[in-house]
Amino acid sequence: MSEDVHLSQICMDFGSFRAVNNVEVTIKPGEFFSFLGPSGCGKTTILRLISGFMEPTQGAVKIGGKDMKGIRPNARPTALIFQNLALFPLMPVWENITFGLEVRGVSKEIRRAKAEELLQLVDLHDSADKRVSQLSGGQKQRVAIARALAVEPKVMLLDEPLSALDLKLRQHMRAELRAIQKRTGVTFIYITHDQGEALAMSDRVGVMSQGVLQQVATPQEIYNNPVNGFVASFVGENNVIAGKVTSVSGGMAQFETAKGSFQAKLGAAVGMGDEAKLFVRPEFCSLRPANEAKVNSIPVEVTEIAFEGNFVNVFVRDQAGDTHMVQVQNDPSVPPPAPHTACQMVFNPESCMILSEAATSRHGH
Amino acid sequence: MQELIRRYGISLSVMMAAMTAFWLLALVVIPNLVLFKFSFRLYLPVDQLGGPNDVYTLKNYVTFFNSPIHINVFFLTILYSSLVTIICLAITYPLAYILAKVLKPTDTATFFLVLLIPLWVSEILRSFAWFIILSMQGPLNAILTGIGLIDKPIRWISGFQSVVIGLVYAYILFMLFPIYNAIQALDTNQIEASQDLGASTWRTHWRVVIPHAKPGIASGCVMVFMLCAGSVVVPTTLASTNSRWFTEIIQQWMFEGLDWNVGSAYAFLLLALCILFVSLVMRVLNVRLVDIAK
Repeated sequence: MSEDVHLSQICMDFGSFRAVNNVEVTIKPGEFFSFLGPSGCGKTTILRLISGFMEPTQGAVKIGGKDMKGIRPNARPTALIFQNLALFPLMPVWENITFGLEVRGVSKEIRRAKAEELLQLVDLHDSADKRVSQLSGGQKQRVAIARALAVEPKVMLLDEPLSALDLKLRQHMRAELRAIQKRTGVTFIYITHDQGEALAMSDRVGVMSQGVLQQVATPQEIYNNPVNGFVASFVGENNVIAGKVTSVSGGMAQFETAKGSFQAKLGAAVGMGDEAKLFVRPEFCSLRPANEAKVNSIPVEVTEIAFEGNFVNVFVRDQAGDTHMVQVQNDPSVPPPAPHTACQMVFNPESCMILSEAATSRHGH
Repeated sequence: MQELIRRYGISLSVMMAAMTAFWLLALVVIPNLVLFKFSFRLYLPVDQLGGPNDVYTLKNYVTFFNSPIHINVFFLTILYSSLVTIICLAITYPLAYILAKVLKPTDTATFFLVLLIPLWVSEILRSFAWFIILSMQGPLNAILTGIGLIDKPIRWISGFQSVVIGLVYAYILFMLFPIYNAIQALDTNQIEASQDLGASTWRTHWRVVIPHAKPGIASGCVMVFMLCAGSVVVPTTLASTNSRWFTEIIQQWMFEGLDWNVGSAYAFLLLALCILFVSLVMRVLNVRLVDIAK
């Protein structure tokens, strides 16, 4: 039913611009895998390389162990869901869904039955004879999914298909997509710049920047143990302090900065004496009374409080004038300190990391 | 109109409206109405005008239906105009697709310029150019014999050959532009989606590109067909001994026979029968007029 996708040392050049640089990853059969990155990071290029609209300059795309070189998009076991869905406006819904079967010469009766079956699967009843223009955004989404599923692809490729939907619908469709993926067992490769989407839906996430795959890991791993500064700052919020590693013991290190000395986990690719940055998530920070001496603390003054509902963002300023953010749960019995309160921002050595900049090597030309 | 006044002021707006009205009324509607009236009157000596013989009659129209030769020429005109339309379509569809979807937009501009420049030369000169190209001792025969494709020169200007070639050349761009515009407006993702779902190139064109381009194709076909059927310059310049065009008969009635009455009756017959033919074809191909107007 599903196949693995192996991107073997893939490079893609557009003229002198290297859009994808030496990407090596194996996506397991039946996995929900997301490529996450800012626009221009090369993730859409990867999708087009897998679907066959482009051939890599170097390296190979292998689906189910088979090299896809020279195989055109219409002969690959993949189905692509476009960002704008690209439904055929001149065909009714059911013809849209079974277009892939029509081109394979399947009879009209079988196609019609298949369309009804797929409409059930994507939870869209009584729409077979509607025109595409009569559907809402979410319904179009479902038709696009059904159309891709109709050709029984081994691998489903999704190019930010939720980006045009409003927030509520987007969250609903996330769960829906995930459920359809589980039900069908097809390998899903999902492209997005939305970290929430990637973390919520995926089995594994590949974070990309400037054509380079920075980290491939489970969502938890990506969030809790980013390999470098790019991954840390692209996925989630951080307070960042620059400094230098002065001593290393086990996985922990002592980090000297202009704001004081800190203990933190030592990230990969950082060693003794390196200039690096300390990353700590706002929800791992807390505020303590000013006189309470603590490990990993910075004297600060509260500047602003932003109430977000289930949590509260407290913005604080240290003595150097830099702003940090502390996120606390909303708890009416323990209100956050008022603005202008002097206090200390503290964080646990286990919940902060010393990381280097992103791997941006675009050499190899 | 209010928008027009707000933008250009009252005097300029009135002038523009007046000029459009003048063009429509004085140069299109009134002359046609006059000819329409002519077509129901008899061609009489001056002294009989206003006399008992000066009556409204269908006699001029009957003349056509009593003349097998003219009916024959009419059908040949329709036939060869249709042929020209089909040839134009066959040439321009792939060209329009390449211009709209394959070439880079920067290259497209150059191509359009190259295509448009010949249009700046008048139709009569372009027809003469083809007369020279196609003549027995002309460049085409010289090239074809030169590269050994043919042994002896071909008589190109015979039958309707040269007229068809000339008409294709004269009106092909009227086919290209509407089709180009229609294909240009098609979302490229639709073409890719079709391929991704397994469709062959041919299938993608048949099910996705052509249905989308249908209004453009229809509008191009109607335009080329009507221009061909109404063309005078090309069929006269590139005429052979046995190629007669219906417009030439109208011209003969008017300028050789000096009988404007029968001439205008023939002209209106041509118009009416062409409209009828086009509507029939549109009905068969399931194209509506509103699609074309888009």
